[in-house]
Amino acid sequence: MIAKPGLDGRDRGAKVVARALRDAGMEVTYTGLHQTPLQIVTIAIDEDVDVIGLSILSGAHKTIFPKIMALLEEKGASDILVFGGGTIPKKDCRNLETLGVGRIFTPGSDTQQIIDYINDVIRG
Amino acid sequence: MNNEPHTGSGHDEKSGDLTRRHFKNLSGFPIKSLYTSEDIIGLDEGLDLGLPGEYPFTRGVYKTMYRGKAWTIRQLGSLGSPSKANQRIRKLIEMGATGVSICFDMPTIMGRDSDDPLAEGEVGSCGGVAIDSLEDMRSLLEGIPLDKISINFVSNSQSSVILAMFVAVAEQRGIALEKLTGTMQNDILKEYQAQKSYYFPPRPSMRLTMDTLSFCTKHLARFNPISISGYHLASAGATPVQELAFTLANGFTYVEEGMKRGFSVDSFAPRLSFFFKAHNDFFENIAKFRAARRIWAKTMRKKYGARDPRSWRFRVHTQTSGSALTAQQPENNIIRVTIQALSAVLGGTQSLHTNAFDEALSIPTERSEKLALRTQQIIAHESGITNTVDPLAGSFYVEALTNQMESECYNYFKQIEKLGGVISAIEKGYYTRTIADSAFSYQRAIEKGERIVVGVNKFVEQEETDIKLREADSGFEKKKVEALGELRKSRDKNLVKLCINEVREACLGSDNIMPALIKAVKAHVTLGEIIAVMREVFGEFREEAAY
Repeated sequence: MIAKPGLDGRDRGAKVVARALRDAGMEVTYTGLHQTPLQIVTIAIDEDVDVIGLSILSGAHKTIFPKIMALLEEKGASDILVFGGGTIPKKDCRNLETLGVGRIFTPGSDTQQIIDYINDVIRG
Repeated sequence: MNNEPHTGSGHDEKSGDLTRRHFKNLSGFPIKSLYTSEDIIGLDEGLDLGLPGEYPFTRGVYKTMYRGKAWTIRQLGSLGSPSKANQRIRKLIEMGATGVSICFDMPTIMGRDSDDPLAEGEVGSCGGVAIDSLEDMRSLLEGIPLDKISINFVSNSQSSVILAMFVAVAEQRGIALEKLTGTMQNDILKEYQAQKSYYFPPRPSMRLTMDTLSFCTKHLARFNPISISGYHLASAGATPVQELAFTLANGFTYVEEGMKRGFSVDSFAPRLSFFFKAHNDFFENIAKFRAARRIWAKTMRKKYGARDPRSWRFRVHTQTSGSALTAQQPENNIIRVTIQALSAVLGGTQSLHTNAFDEALSIPTERSEKLALRTQQIIAHESGITNTVDPLAGSFYVEALTNQMESECYNYFKQIEKLGGVISAIEKGYYTRTIADSAFSYQRAIEKGERIVVGVNKFVEQEETDIKLREADSGFEKKKVEALGELRKSRDKNLVKLCINEVREACLGSDNIMPALIKAVKAHVTLGEIIAVMREVFGEFREEAAY
């Protein structure tokens, strides 16, 4: 699942990644814009997704990632991998890792890296 | 994938490094190895180019261009808190900026007050300023000469409220409205097409735009009420020719909407302005500006019957390309910005914003912002390219590209017309689909190595460059929410209720909404409260979540 949380509507990255994952043979759900953490977690559980990719360019990553991680935990769905993409400073990426968030792909990342990353994690 | 580090210097012809490249510009036009007079047969200097300042303005909208007056050096003066943004604006002016752009945080952009549950974690985000009430606007603009420094409000769906606050501040400071200079971005069409900060369906949004346009035409004669923006279309992935075509089609839509409401074309068209992106392909970018001026002038004159030459002038603000900046080897972005800025100046822009090199990583630091400003000053004062007007006219390549841009643009106009016009094409999902396709092709071209991005798919370094980033102001949100709580307690509650009702009535009616908004903001009704009423009346727009 590729999700666009928060108020920001810049969806170029989310859409490019969703399409690349689909072309790589994955089943992709794209949430569309302006989703709250609760909406995202609910859809993820309803659709039984393996991974959630969050696209955040607004600087709201420090609030949104922890909320989603807490909601997943609360609903017993911590097995879903959460990773991200966007304009997120390296220092913050390290802080997010300590919350259990997976890799963060910053601007200029290759979609193949994202595909390989998801395949590696899912197939263990 | 082409991600292995490249150790060679320069190209290596033996390995086919150059021959493998596709010679296409970003719009996908094949580029020939040589252009001659054969490529511009039929180009008539008088009819197709004209002199600078003369119809059809291909060579520039003013006669003397930068010899008369340099373009407006316009940088971003915003930062979470209104008072800090105010300091930033003053600092920019002190350093030689001649215009300022103010962008807003995500809650303000989306019409939410700082204490709205949906605003949590986003107050002051994106380096934007948080505006809840008139008090914030007053503090943002304090001491800034609003009749001298042109302020560009990067405001769209919330523009009618921001304009009301701007007018209220000017009135309280005793500045005559007709002296106010500046711009409201206020381009709702591209929100549905690309940037996606819409609230209402397109038609009520257009009504608000027309109300602001009509108000400004009557009262703020020096103010640009709409800045028709290709920048965001390009950021979302539109190619330069798509940016050109979609922006102009949007511009013509505002003209038609204004005329439908009974305004004469020459009463408002002279105040319409534009906003373009300067992307990486140098000559393509220059051709885009030239073609835009020619198409706008011809169409305004012939199709819409504009008689006032000012209605024929395509005046444009430009920003270098945020989406062309890379997080890898960020200092390389200084060079990208310089090249893009040069192309905008050679393209004949009226105003320019150069990006800071660290923007792919974070909100810029003061150091990187200063460097961006200085880049423009070096181009303006040291490079010599401003000594003569439109130095590239007559170049076989530039003129051929300009012609090609123009004819391809008309093909897009036909497609949009077939879909029933711009608003109908929005409703049919044409723009989001077309732009997403272009974004995906661009990404693919980079990943296949067909398009080279230094530091990303070539000349890659394993080690990351360590640069100092700006620290976010973590305590700001809490303070802003508390201050807003205080304001809500201290204002005249009956007056607030009355004003909110008047805003509702104005939304339901057909008279201009601006007087009710100005009265409401003066009574400290907040931006979020006003937008909430509008949402009730106009409904909300949702797009299909397609990729």
